[in-house]
Amino acid sequence: MSAELIASITIFALAVFLGFELIARVPTLLHTPLMSGTNAISGIVLVGALLVSSFAESALEQTLAFVAIVLSTINVVGGFLVTDRMLEMFKRKPARPPE
Amino acid sequence: MTAVLAVVSQNVVNLTYVAAAILFVVGIRLLASPGTARAGNVLAAAGMVLAVVFTILLPEVSNYGLIAAGLAVGAVAGVVAARVVKMTAMPQMVAAFNGFGGGASVIVAFAEYRRLAPEPGALAGDVLGAALFSALVGAITFTGSTLAFAKLQEVMPGRPVTFPGQQLVNGTILVAALGVGIAAGVAEATVWISMLIVLALGLGVAFVLPIGGADMPVVIAFLNAFSGLSAVGAGFVLDNNALVIGGTLVGASGTLLTVLMSRAMNRSLGNVLFGAFGTVAAAPGEVAAGTDSKTHREVTAEDAAVMLAYASRVVIVPGYGLAVAQAQHSVRELADLLERRGVDVKYAIHPVAGRMPGHMNVLLAEANVPYPQLYDMEDINPEFPRTDVALVIGANDVTNPAARNTPDSPIYGMPILDVDRASNVVVLKRSMNPGFAGIENELYYNPRTAMLFGDAKASVEKLVAGVKAA
Repeated sequence: MSAELIASITIFALAVFLGFELIARVPTLLHTPLMSGTNAISGIVLVGALLVSSFAESALEQTLAFVAIVLSTINVVGGFLVTDRMLEMFKRKPARPPE
Repeated sequence: MTAVLAVVSQNVVNLTYVAAAILFVVGIRLLASPGTARAGNVLAAAGMVLAVVFTILLPEVSNYGLIAAGLAVGAVAGVVAARVVKMTAMPQMVAAFNGFGGGASVIVAFAEYRRLAPEPGALAGDVLGAALFSALVGAITFTGSTLAFAKLQEVMPGRPVTFPGQQLVNGTILVAALGVGIAAGVAEATVWISMLIVLALGLGVAFVLPIGGADMPVVIAFLNAFSGLSAVGAGFVLDNNALVIGGTLVGASGTLLTVLMSRAMNRSLGNVLFGAFGTVAAAPGEVAAGTDSKTHREVTAEDAAVMLAYASRVVIVPGYGLAVAQAQHSVRELADLLERRGVDVKYAIHPVAGRMPGHMNVLLAEANVPYPQLYDMEDINPEFPRTDVALVIGANDVTNPAARNTPDSPIYGMPILDVDRASNVVVLKRSMNPGFAGIENELYYNPRTAMLFGDAKASVEKLVAGVKAA
């Protein structure tokens, strides 16, 4: 096993625990925003798509890289925006309707 | 464009990944609390921008035309999707975004494998394993999410789709996928990973096909975890810590949410995913036999409105029917009217009401219901005995007392909202038809229960008119 692999496994293991600890007690209220917010974070695969694009030479490789960038960008941009749209709606005080 | 924008060393980029990871962690931390959630989302997004921008500045990344085009197309599509989606369609939106992330992971894994595989032994064992894992999990996420989207969008029926020998077929596909995966590991040829991806795409379809609408909260959370895990796999392939950390955080939180949702239904994850809920429920004949002698009581909207108007405590129990009818704004109007008359109004939220975790909270928030009025199951259940009217709007299984009383019911043991303990129960429902799961709800035959039939939105509007007149 390479040193890089061991380092990656270490990071992975610690991140698993961190992930569980972070959201162990999230109120039902925030389940959807939490899910869609973390969903946007999984769009980090965009970084992978960018790296893949650097090796893309043939038409096939270029197409694959392009599709991967598009898909993960939708995931990132759409995910964060829609989460923000939802959270904007959560209000503590009632907006009193006109009497 | 081949000119290098800027040269930033790999070390500098790796450090920005650390910063991005910290922003993700702090962001998720803040997302877990209502007052800070919005800031948390912004921080996580900032982490993403940081990681992406510095990746583009790496010297080996130079395909700027392609990158700019991809980012532009994706960003426009993402902005449009996020803007136009209705809050009632949020479950399928989340499913679609999940699928896109999974699809991107598949492509990244495939492209890396393809690039390295032709040289024998070029792939180290761990890279190989990670590429195959990422392709498998990502492909299942992609088609699984697409199918979940189709079911939620009602492009196809939401009920479980089952056929004889289904488990056998699914098992065969799984075994074949694992076999091909091993071959891809040994032979290192593009054809093998291509076959693996095709089989995994089939597996995603086979996996979501038999799952019914009511189990969607579990499936959506599960696919969310899977999209994270496929990013982790891609991270190991590329030896990229941003992907490993970001993906793992999503995998862990998605897993936790999945477990939480299964627990809220008192079912094991395996039972939800492989049990085909609808088919284990009693056959229609049996149900009818048990309920022949029972009668339900109907009520007019006017009478129900009077009951509400002169109550002192009302608890509203929303379910998927409210989302389907888009009745959230009318419900808010009704609650406002009642409050102005001095009625104490609360909302009872079951953890799996709707089609994704927290679905009802989002809908009611859209209708400007202040969140301190929304009560979780544990907090509201002790209140029902002191409640004058429990108003059930399009919720079914989560109110079924059979979960407490009938040991042979498929939902026995599931924690429910104890609406039957209120002095009066008004149920808004289309008809007496049991839900697709075919489970009869005892609540409807309770002498204290009155049924108001019709579309949820139309019924609530009638209640609003009735309360105004009362």
